[in-house]
Amino acid sequence: MIPGPFNYHRPATVADAVKLLASLGDDARPLAGGHSLVPMMKLRLATPEHLVDLHGVEGLKGIRRDGNRIVIGAMTTQHELLASDEIARSAPILHEAALLIADPQVRYRGTIGGNVANGDPGNDMPALMMTLGASYRLEGSSGARDVAASEFYQGAYFTALEPGELLTSISIPAPAAGHGYAYEKLKRKVGDYATAAAAVVLTMASGKVATCTIGLTNLAETPLSAEDAARAVIGTGLDAATLKKAAAAAEAIMSPAADARGPVEYRKHVGGIMVTRALTRAFARASS
Amino acid sequence: MAKTHVTMKVNGAEVEGLVEPRTLLVHFIRENLQMTGTHIGCETTHCGACTVDLDGMSVKSCTVFAVQADGSEITTIEGVANADGSLSALQEGFRMMHGLQCGFCTPGMIVRAQRLLMENPSSTEAEIRMGISGNLCRCTGYQNIVRAIQYAAAKINGVEFQEAAE
Repeated sequence: MIPGPFNYHRPATVADAVKLLASLGDDARPLAGGHSLVPMMKLRLATPEHLVDLHGVEGLKGIRRDGNRIVIGAMTTQHELLASDEIARSAPILHEAALLIADPQVRYRGTIGGNVANGDPGNDMPALMMTLGASYRLEGSSGARDVAASEFYQGAYFTALEPGELLTSISIPAPAAGHGYAYEKLKRKVGDYATAAAAVVLTMASGKVATCTIGLTNLAETPLSAEDAARAVIGTGLDAATLKKAAAAAEAIMSPAADARGPVEYRKHVGGIMVTRALTRAFARASS
Repeated sequence: MAKTHVTMKVNGAEVEGLVEPRTLLVHFIRENLQMTGTHIGCETTHCGACTVDLDGMSVKSCTVFAVQADGSEITTIEGVANADGSLSALQEGFRMMHGLQCGFCTPGMIVRAQRLLMENPSSTEAEIRMGISGNLCRCTGYQNIVRAIQYAAAKINGVEFQEAAE
């Protein structure tokens, strides 16, 4: 399988990349790790006339601490995320989730920016970013703006990115020390997208859940924040009745597609189970 | 479409060629360089048969464009043997432990396992299994491939290979 012909561009700066994307318009696509785009091009489901390869752009890589925030460059690979002490220390849920993405070869190439910017409901990082309260830096020819992950996703492959804009970095408020976290992902095999997945970040006070956020992957056209489910567990010791209530509240907002991963009812059912497991594991990990 | 001139170092030798931007790295290696040890399996980034080592990373060469590898260093299965032509520890492991049947996945398996053992020479069995999870084998059930990599790891670490009790 060979992709259709295209012109290859390799800018060296964000300004040049943005200028190219703006001047080439709809016929151009930015190329990050390429592990979503290149397979689509080989199937001729994507036929961009221009690819703007971001591998030569300085300043799009790296993980740094900026006060209370963790800033991750868009071209940081999943492999680099897994190798980062800062991530392991400050936001270990990203470490746990990255290990469940694709396989080692894909993680050497696949980037966090591509994962969150593509708008594929099957991608894992978007729901995690919503759970962590992250924001995305978008840069275009008219300047830069920050958009919350919770405001970014509009539909399958539809995001807040305007034509010519590039997602350049992700900024995450560091979760509180001693927080509990878990990402539970049901998949058919290594490398698969989620049949259903749930992310939980919570903090505890005096043996009760003090704060909680829950994100859901591949259970709707966009990642979801399960707010009612999270509210249901706050102030509780996460007894069986509460877990059941939270799972039901999460299931109520799921609207997965029926596909090779299963019919709608099944995916909602296992979605509820993922929420239950993630809550249970996050609770056990949190220090009171 | 205009062709681009690329140069790269493949298995230690400088090579060059003219490629269309859409030429996949695996096609450049197999067709331009006539090195057919790197196999094309699924062509959809699943099977890992096309795995090569690109600047210290295991990559599926069916999902990288040759123009993106301009200026890089690549190792393929043709470059893994010892300098004197004798089998590398991994090649020997695959031979001794019967790590292949049809052999189609073997080049990708060995190139991937080589990077895995460079990054973590004392990989546990679980780490080896996760480490080769991007490579599919339809013959062996992976048991002997894992043993082959364990054999190589022991040899690299200078210890005697001991098989776990069944």
